[in-house]
Amino acid sequence: MPSRVVLKLYIAGQTPRAESAIFHLRRICETALPNQAEIIVVDVLERPDLAEAERILATPTLVREVPPPRRRVIGDLTDIHKVLTGLGLRP
Amino acid sequence: MSAEPTQALIERLTTGIPGLDHVTNGGLPRGRVTLVSGTAGSAKTVFACQFLVEGIRQHGQGGVFVTFEETPADIRSNMLGFGWDIAGWEAAGLWAFVDASPQPGEESVIIGNYDLGALLARIEHAVHKVNAQRASMDSLGAVFTRLTGGATVRNELLRIAAALKRLDVTAVVTAERTEEYGDVARYGVEEFVADNVIILRNVLEDEKRRRTVEILKFRGVSHQKGEWPFTVSPERGVIVIPLSAIELKQKSSDLRIGSGNPELDQLCGGGFFRDSIVLVSGATGTGKTLMATSFLAGGVHQGERCLLFAFEESREQLFRNATGWGIDFERMEAEGRLRVVCHYPEVANLEDHLIGIKAAIDEFKPSRVAVDSLSALERVSTMKGFREFVIGLTSFIKHEEIAGLFTSTTPTLLGGTSITEAHISTITDSIILLRYVEIYGEMRRGLTVLKMRGSAHDKDIREFTIDGHGMHIRKPFRNVSGILSGNLIHATPDEMERLGMLFTAGDSPA
Repeated sequence: MPSRVVLKLYIAGQTPRAESAIFHLRRICETALPNQAEIIVVDVLERPDLAEAERILATPTLVREVPPPRRRVIGDLTDIHKVLTGLGLRP
Repeated sequence: MSAEPTQALIERLTTGIPGLDHVTNGGLPRGRVTLVSGTAGSAKTVFACQFLVEGIRQHGQGGVFVTFEETPADIRSNMLGFGWDIAGWEAAGLWAFVDASPQPGEESVIIGNYDLGALLARIEHAVHKVNAQRASMDSLGAVFTRLTGGATVRNELLRIAAALKRLDVTAVVTAERTEEYGDVARYGVEEFVADNVIILRNVLEDEKRRRTVEILKFRGVSHQKGEWPFTVSPERGVIVIPLSAIELKQKSSDLRIGSGNPELDQLCGGGFFRDSIVLVSGATGTGKTLMATSFLAGGVHQGERCLLFAFEESREQLFRNATGWGIDFERMEAEGRLRVVCHYPEVANLEDHLIGIKAAIDEFKPSRVAVDSLSALERVSTMKGFREFVIGLTSFIKHEEIAGLFTSTTPTLLGGTSITEAHISTITDSIILLRYVEIYGEMRRGLTVLKMRGSAHDKDIREFTIDGHGMHIRKPFRNVSGILSGNLIHATPDEMERLGMLFTAGDSPA
């Protein structure tokens, strides 16, 4: 398991779906990555340039920035196991 | 009580794509999304790019290009071939890409619900950045293959369409079709951008590719029906050939011009009309090229500018022929009165030939044009395509008030008609037939003016000869009949006399 994980979550406004994604992501980090994960939330309505630079299409999109390589997961992250697999963070 | 219009009429956005604004009756519905659907290789991406290009070049309108398939780098270099400097426009703040192309090695897993809020935010951002009035999205099918949940994607695209409308952006969205004549597009795309649909086709017919564009529907506004041929020119991109623009509103002139042969002028009742189209039909070697040559030379002698499109013979051959008839093409061309354009029919398809011919006419501004021969172009096209070409060419020439002479080669030596004639005879103002006449083992030549719109003309079939000074028209054939059909019947002088007697005998009581 990597010692440090940086996860960037792209959302489009404070929608119920965005809140659901944030809620699920927090819970995943607490249970599977305690004290390891740093979460950065980017609202594309405020920073469309960041979404452009990262070429984000769908929201919510979760990107594993550290450790490389980047991995992406799209959706409101309802399934903890699938999220960890998708991010390549399964032990 | 008069009803107040609750909603304004749908405005049009002139696309600037040559010919398209004709067949759409004035452009795309403004502030709406138009679906452009076509099979692979039907020029969808070129169309989508050109929609923005013409906006920038003709109207200074900014454009946003959303690409789902090719990378912006690929599009920039592909479109450079048309002379479209996308990178330059990006730098000038007139063009913005929204790059939604797939990124290698970055596959996304979908867990739970999602929307395309990021894409929408990026599009809006780009629209504001270049103050866009136009947007293109190419191509939608790629979104459906990458994101599962077709219903979500459809819903989200609908939301994007609504956002573009709010921003008063007119958009072109491309989508794939699997068949040329089948469903509008894959993935049920048309269901959410159903208001306006344009179909691009690239049909293989008789081993020849033929591109057409059809305005399938424009909700609330009028458009031309049916398929219109178009071509993708290396210099100008998509060019639609609007045959409907060709209304029969040409003025007709009473002014006569010389045909280049005084004897022929006499047969025609004093020469051809100024803005008329003359068709000269005959078998190979009957003198069609000569007639075209003297028609042009006659114009040059009167100080007119003349243009020849030759599809059968090379320059050298044509010049040598002309010299053989006492006409100096070389000098005429050096003086700038004549231009000879030679092409083999096979070098291009008919649409491209038509565009080439129009461009040459626009540039040289001749008052006489000859095409030798029109029938040579039949080879490179389908029947339908050829008919459209002939109509398009004829009406263009008439529209420009130019005198035109087309030659047409008949497939048989004696008698006969060609496909060219079948398509063109009603459009032309005059038809002159040149025919071989076999008389007692000798091939002689005959000529007749079959039709001369708006004028009396000689009805005889006359013999003509060709020598070092050109064509000489002589006396009518009197003892031969069936020349036109090719089934010659010779009558001896005795027989002629007997027939003549019969009628006199019938007139007077025996």
